[in-house]
Amino acid sequence: MQQQENSGSVLKQVDWFTVILYLILVMAGMVSIYAASYDFDHANMLSFTEFSGKQFRWIGLSLVLGLVLLLIDVRVYENYAYVIYGAVLLLLLITIFIAPDTKGSHSWLVLGPMSLQPAEFGKFATALCLAKLFSSYNFVLNASRKNYMLALMIIFLPVVLILAQNETGSALVYLSLFFVLYREGMSGLVLLAALCAVTFFVVAVKFTGSMLLGIPSGQAAVFIMIMVLIVAMLAVYCKEFTAARNVFLWFAGTGIAVTVLELCGVEVPGTIFFIAVIMASLAYCVLLMFKTTARKLIITVATALAAIVFLFSVNYAFTSILQPHQQMRIKVALGMEEDLRGAGYNVNQSKIAIGSGGVWGKGFLNGTQTKLKYVPEQHTDFIFCTVGEEEGLWGSTAVIVLFLILILRIINIAERQPTVFGRVYAYCVASYLIFHISINIGMVIGLCPVIGIPLPFFSYGGSSLWGFTFLLFILLRIDASRRERSF
Amino acid sequence: MRKDYNLEKRRYIISGFIVVIALIYIARLVSLQVLDSKYKEYADSNAFLRKAVYPSRGIIYDRDGRLVVYNQPAYDVMIIPRDVKEFDTLDFCRAINITPEDLRKRFIDMKDKRRNPGYSSYSPQRLLTHLSAEEYGRLQEKLYRFPGFYIQKRILREYNYRTAANVLGNIREVAQKDIDKDPYYMPGDYIGDIGIEHTYEEYLRGSKGAEVLMRDALGRIQGRYEDGALDRDAVAGKNIKLSLNIELQQYAESLMVNKKGAVVAIEPSTGEILCLVSAPSYDPRLLVGRERGKNYNEMMRDLDKPLFNRAIQAVYPPGSTFKPTQGLILLEENIITTGTMFPCAHGFISGGLRVGCHGHGSPLPLKPALQTSCNAYFCWGFKAMIDKRSKYGSSANAFEIWKNHLVSMGYGYKLGIDLPGEYRGYIPNSKTYNGYYGEGHWSANTIISVSIGQGEILATPLQIANLAATIANRGHFITPHVVKEIQDTVMPAQYLEKHTPTIAAHWYNDIAEGMRMAVTGGTCRIANLPDIEVCGKTGTAQNPHGRDHSAFMGFAPYHDPKIAIAVYVENAGFGATFGVPIGSLVMERYLRGYIPPERKYLEERMLQSNTIQFAGTKKH
Repeated sequence: MQQQENSGSVLKQVDWFTVILYLILVMAGMVSIYAASYDFDHANMLSFTEFSGKQFRWIGLSLVLGLVLLLIDVRVYENYAYVIYGAVLLLLLITIFIAPDTKGSHSWLVLGPMSLQPAEFGKFATALCLAKLFSSYNFVLNASRKNYMLALMIIFLPVVLILAQNETGSALVYLSLFFVLYREGMSGLVLLAALCAVTFFVVAVKFTGSMLLGIPSGQAAVFIMIMVLIVAMLAVYCKEFTAARNVFLWFAGTGIAVTVLELCGVEVPGTIFFIAVIMASLAYCVLLMFKTTARKLIITVATALAAIVFLFSVNYAFTSILQPHQQMRIKVALGMEEDLRGAGYNVNQSKIAIGSGGVWGKGFLNGTQTKLKYVPEQHTDFIFCTVGEEEGLWGSTAVIVLFLILILRIINIAERQPTVFGRVYAYCVASYLIFHISINIGMVIGLCPVIGIPLPFFSYGGSSLWGFTFLLFILLRIDASRRERSF
Repeated sequence: MRKDYNLEKRRYIISGFIVVIALIYIARLVSLQVLDSKYKEYADSNAFLRKAVYPSRGIIYDRDGRLVVYNQPAYDVMIIPRDVKEFDTLDFCRAINITPEDLRKRFIDMKDKRRNPGYSSYSPQRLLTHLSAEEYGRLQEKLYRFPGFYIQKRILREYNYRTAANVLGNIREVAQKDIDKDPYYMPGDYIGDIGIEHTYEEYLRGSKGAEVLMRDALGRIQGRYEDGALDRDAVAGKNIKLSLNIELQQYAESLMVNKKGAVVAIEPSTGEILCLVSAPSYDPRLLVGRERGKNYNEMMRDLDKPLFNRAIQAVYPPGSTFKPTQGLILLEENIITTGTMFPCAHGFISGGLRVGCHGHGSPLPLKPALQTSCNAYFCWGFKAMIDKRSKYGSSANAFEIWKNHLVSMGYGYKLGIDLPGEYRGYIPNSKTYNGYYGEGHWSANTIISVSIGQGEILATPLQIANLAATIANRGHFITPHVVKEIQDTVMPAQYLEKHTPTIAAHWYNDIAEGMRMAVTGGTCRIANLPDIEVCGKTGTAQNPHGRDHSAFMGFAPYHDPKIAIAVYVENAGFGATFGVPIGSLVMERYLRGYIPPERKYLEERMLQSNTIQFAGTKKH
């Protein structure tokens, strides 16, 4: 453990597969930036006055940075994790006050000729800190509530600070660390609940047009999904198969009955019907508790009740808590509004860019949408549409597959770590990438609301590139020394 | 260290989750990029501005090279609706002299899919048309303040002479049915309407060019797509030389002022029309520019029907101008010789039937009959032919032969002039009369009035002029036409070939001599010029619309005809009163270039006289 590492052996141990993936992605990114910002007058890809030229310089510096990170003793990261975390939090705090106002956000620190976004460095600091916490002696997430609170605090401190900078997108990224918590023992029900919440929200908000049983069909659909959830939880989670069958038959029977009534012209009040039927099934579950283990049934009943409460609060939350521009972004993402001049403009133009690419694309530098600057932010957040337009389905699928391979590779690296520190850190990196990539591409192809976060390695900008380089190369460094540390 | 294998399995749930997301995204890309083709069109309409480049329309000259119709620039305000931002409406309206209400209405009309089916917020739409040069200048200066607006230069027609409106025609904006018929046209294009603008549209319009420009998100032009490889140059329309002598046209029109009727003059040797007047007419400039619609509607409502081209569309009973055809048929059919005499007892009296005539010697042969326009002669001749059962078997058969001769002379069917809307006139056939009277129940007497160009017979002034040209040519004609040359193009063959009626050529000399006698000592004495040998035939056509129509047909000079003419003045009385003076003045003006002082009185009388008051407003 105390033996001196030599740098040559570190380089031998580095996961070159990941390094090559990294290089392919950053180079592809630079080429896309060149295409996105191509101008008839400036045709030099490496000209330092151009976006692609600047990005080239950033890439060069990142490689140096990566090499330096590989040469730093792995214990530095581990020993100074809290210090780094603290320092970055301080930086984030200072940034709130000294950063100039750029489009309402205070997230950029201007240092002479260049500006940095400290939020990008919050990611690796938080990851290190979380890894450090989990690797502390005998730390088990599920062991005590205090452990949960510690982990959540580490995650949410930077979130609060970044929200204060008015960078909602960057703050949301930290929510992805719930994947890490899940991997380290957090109940899957939390993720399931989150999934259900998102689904219910989307269905209840989106389908308000047609009516079913006197209530908007979206609400009715959510009620039915809650019924399915109850049956599924009884069967899969509680392993109460008889009860699940009985409840299913109850739901199906009342459903058929109400359908027949409707067809006969009898108006059944929807809300009362659903609430009554579900409450009856929950009462049945409560009765069951006297016969068998109660805990899982209680959770089931609680989940169902929570879902109903959630459903009733969705409308209130959507119209009263969210700001109009956020409502609009969500409506655009759900396809409820076009709003081509406002929130929908970017997405519409980027869909046009991607959609017009066809199977094989228009060819390098032949994209009219991007070259003529129809897509705003096309070299930063919307860089993926350049790929879609010029390289077509082929190119954009290739990029998605490359990212998929990278994430799977990182998960693979995570699982082969001998230390909890290494594993947790690796999962943090994977989580960030999952969030960034799926939200960014989802937004460009019109599946997610517009959240301004960059596409890792692709989007123009030093901070983003450096932030992810930090994340990745520290991981590679930790991974490179896994053998010496397996004892 | 402790390993929790249960937790380790969660890697697969996380991996599965991201694989599912990747698959959803790839499916979405397939749907966007492969299954849905609309994005390609959107991208093109975003990026490419297809700008039509309008060619100049062909210029029109008269037969002597005088400039008749040329182009003047006009400016249309175009907009690309989705690029239009909020703008200062008042400022805009002030620049081009319209009211904000008008502008608002134009916007509403433009977006009305029924009025403007081609509306799209992505493509250029025509907001306003026909800006004057000053309006254009004022707007151009301010244009930078109105994003989404641009000005398209167009051409309008400018007329050097206020004459020949019905021959020249005009141009109008295309209607949807024009676009449906010919995809060359786009909304807002111009197309020839009536006259040669219509007939020769394909020559005059040239071929539109196109510029494919690239346009960025702010609507700024970023250059030509592929350096102009897809651009097409506009090809200018072909110039046209009319066969009209525009000054003769103007002169003839002036003689027809305050009259209803038509004058058609033809160069016999070529079939080229020297003037084609329909009165009343209008100033062709009325149908240009922003006022076109209003003026057009006014003329449509005008009871004198200025838009009705009487020279080719009005069908009149030809009256006595028809008699030469009768002479020709009777000679050809050997019913008469030039010496055959028929009696005239102040008319034709047969079986209780009487067709009146005027005082002259009796009996008389063919030429004096033409000279004096004897009705009785041609009635007897007609009767001799139609009732000659020994030769034809029946009156019906005889009548068919009579009719076929007339058709060969250009009656009863369209001659095929290069102007739209020609009427065919009317020559009945035996079936018509079988229908009226029953088969075998009619004879020459029943239908005797057709022999003197009355009854069912109807002909256009053009057909009468064509007869004059045929006689002048002593037996053939070339389809009359108003265009002499098309730039770089051979004239259509139909305007070059000779048509020979079914009458032997030598008979025409006799008819021409009769017509010469009518001028020297008959009904056309007013046309008797000292140094030009004019031949002519008057016509006084009874009609159901009031006073007789005054008609004249003739040609000159007798031995080497340069001009053949037909004049028809509605409800103006005797042929000699208006037809002969106008016809002779036009011929004299053409052949001599001026009217000598001793005939100025006649010219003056024609210019001053007004017969329109006698002309009913009849339905055609």
